[in-house]
Amino acid sequence: MSKQAPKDVLNRRGFLGAAGLLAAGAALPIGKAKAEAAAQPDPAITEVHDFNKLLGDGVDRRPYGMPSKYEKHVVRRDVGWLTASAESSVNFTPLHELDGIITPSGLCFERHHSGVAEINPADHRLMINGLVEKPLVFTMEDIKRMPRVNRIYFLECAANSGMEWRGAQLNGCQFTHGMVHNVMYTGVPLKVLLDEAGLKPNVKWLMLEGADAAGLNRSLPIDKALNDVLIAFAMNGEALRPEQGYPLRAVIPGWQGNMWVKWLRRIEAGDMPWQTREETSKYTDLMPDGRARKHTFVMDAKSVVTNPSPQAPLKHKGRNVLSGFAWSGRGTIKRVDVSIDGGRNWGTARLDGPILDKSLTRFYVDFDWNGQEMMIQSRAIDDTGYVQPSKPELRKIRGVNSIYHNNGIQTWLVRANGETENVEIS
Amino acid sequence: MSRSASALRALTASFAALGLLTSVALAQQQLAIKPGAKLGLGRAALPEEIKAWDTDVRPDGVGLPDGKGTPKLGDAIFQERCSTCHGEFGEGVGRYPVLAGGLGSLKADRPDKTVGSYWPDATTLFDYIKRAMPYGNARSLTDDEIYAVAAYILSMNDVIKDENFELNKNTLAKIKMPNAAGFYEDDRDTTEKHFWNKSPCMSNCRDEPKVIGRAISVDVTPEGKNGPAVD
Ligand code: HEC
Repeated sequence: MSKQAPKDVLNRRGFLGAAGLLAAGAALPIGKAKAEAAAQPDPAITEVHDFNKLLGDGVDRRPYGMPSKYEKHVVRRDVGWLTASAESSVNFTPLHELDGIITPSGLCFERHHSGVAEINPADHRLMINGLVEKPLVFTMEDIKRMPRVNRIYFLECAANSGMEWRGAQLNGCQFTHGMVHNVMYTGVPLKVLLDEAGLKPNVKWLMLEGADAAGLNRSLPIDKALNDVLIAFAMNGEALRPEQGYPLRAVIPGWQGNMWVKWLRRIEAGDMPWQTREETSKYTDLMPDGRARKHTFVMDAKSVVTNPSPQAPLKHKGRNVLSGFAWSGRGTIKRVDVSIDGGRNWGTARLDGPILDKSLTRFYVDFDWNGQEMMIQSRAIDDTGYVQPSKPELRKIRGVNSIYHNNGIQTWLVRANGETENVEIS
Repeated sequence: MSRSASALRALTASFAALGLLTSVALAQQQLAIKPGAKLGLGRAALPEEIKAWDTDVRPDGVGLPDGKGTPKLGDAIFQERCSTCHGEFGEGVGRYPVLAGGLGSLKADRPDKTVGSYWPDATTLFDYIKRAMPYGNARSLTDDEIYAVAAYILSMNDVIKDENFELNKNTLAKIKMPNAAGFYEDDRDTTEKHFWNKSPCMSNCRDEPKVIGRAISVDVTPEGKNGPAVD
């Protein structure tokens, strides 16, 4: 690809015409000369490689399989300056390296408040107390004898994209949007456990508490608890990872990640919220008038284009796959629109793979790139009719100091040389 | 006979062959549960066990233990156990949380959210310090020490004015925080109703966009040392 100097985006001409390329079948005429350029035979084909010749590792060399050594770069990453210490910090899912809808367990972002608790499941207990007929203690073996279900849900930290309120800050969708993952959980509906203890009629809230050194605690409205909350012990078919709450965590579908208490050890039934530090000092959303919203549990519909993005630039003119994720805490994704001219014109993306309630949903646009600059955006629409707002629309109401719940539309500027960067547009 | 019924019968027979079912004493094994019946799993929590774990405190003071402390006593404990991270006066060392100041700053361009300027309830201090602080050695303070450091934090924020004020379960539950009225229930369904839109614009939706900010000029990705604070 030619390494031409980036054009001044302010003076682009003829750019709008490119919006047509999102319409079905409207491929732009692109020169296809490049593909035939190779005149030399390809050594990948003509030479015999060691792996063609010699025996590879036997079956037991990797009792627990790991990704290929050529995928070493596909890891969670943190941003050092964000927090005071690594034990109360966050790292980010490499969204631009994923496909389909499931996040591999080892790539699910981490957020801890006092580090990862290492708990022997034989020593783990779950207590249910408070306003119940019979306070109970369960072992992990008890919990694994209860009726269980399998469900796929996204988990998004309420502070995902929180760095971007004042404008483009971090150059990569891993950092701007990587506090989300999507996992199949196996667990017991919380209702089953609560029925066993017997809720008193005046119960309105529960408090969930972790066994880690933060003893993280959150209040949960009883209606949600009885509706779809799970107490999960497995993710993606195997035991939870330690950093995801092994051996037991709460799954609160569609609601902010901080409530999904990890290393869950106790559930107390009560008749008012506890006003814990995590639901007062944190996870309340400061508005421009100096007051703050509380109990903003549900995650608004949101989407992001993961490819291209700053960590995954476009490398080829001609055929390309634009791809990304969309999700909504209110239900399923109905439609995803994509723009390549900064939101002036929109086309509809193709959803592929399972489209599930409160789950990441995959979208694609197959397109031919003619090398023009693009301002790529995506816009999620869920089955309640909620349309993901632009950042200016969001700021008009929420200001720039709410930290949490930034679900504004992201813009990536793709330059003529394929380099892609996080930009804020007028 | 259906396949599943015959499979069930075979399973039952093999249980019997293994001596798992003795036909005389037990009813015949079924692959089913009684609908509506309790699971019969778990055991009663003992009062000592509940006491060990149930340390949470509510805004009405329920859950606060016996004990007491004053700002004066708390000052000494705070300097020893807390100030390396939170600073002598709660000003925060490095990126560790600031615990005092910021009153009246919530509308400012850069608000200073602290216990004094932001927290709605004083009881949260007790609940949180008891479970999570000091960071790295949680659950190591006595209840008297927690009352004392909580009193010191409240005095640094001018919520308590007298350095000999006794903080205990009765006085703590009565403390009114400056920003107690600063919170309201999630109202997105009404104040953001216009985000629900049956026919979002598809063409010519806006003027030509201009780039007004670039992440690469901010240069904080990913190992830069300067940047905005997030929680
Ligand atoms: C080793 C450093 C360290 C020490 C010592 C320490 N803290 Fe903390 N403190 C932290 C960190 C880190 C957090 C934030 C934790 C998180 O992110 O969840 C915090 C949070 C807090 C908060 C909540 C702040 C807010 O605005 O939400 C309070 C209150 C607090 N600490 C009080 C104390 C008290 C009292 C002591 C002494 C008994 C203490 N801390 C000792 C590091 C420390």
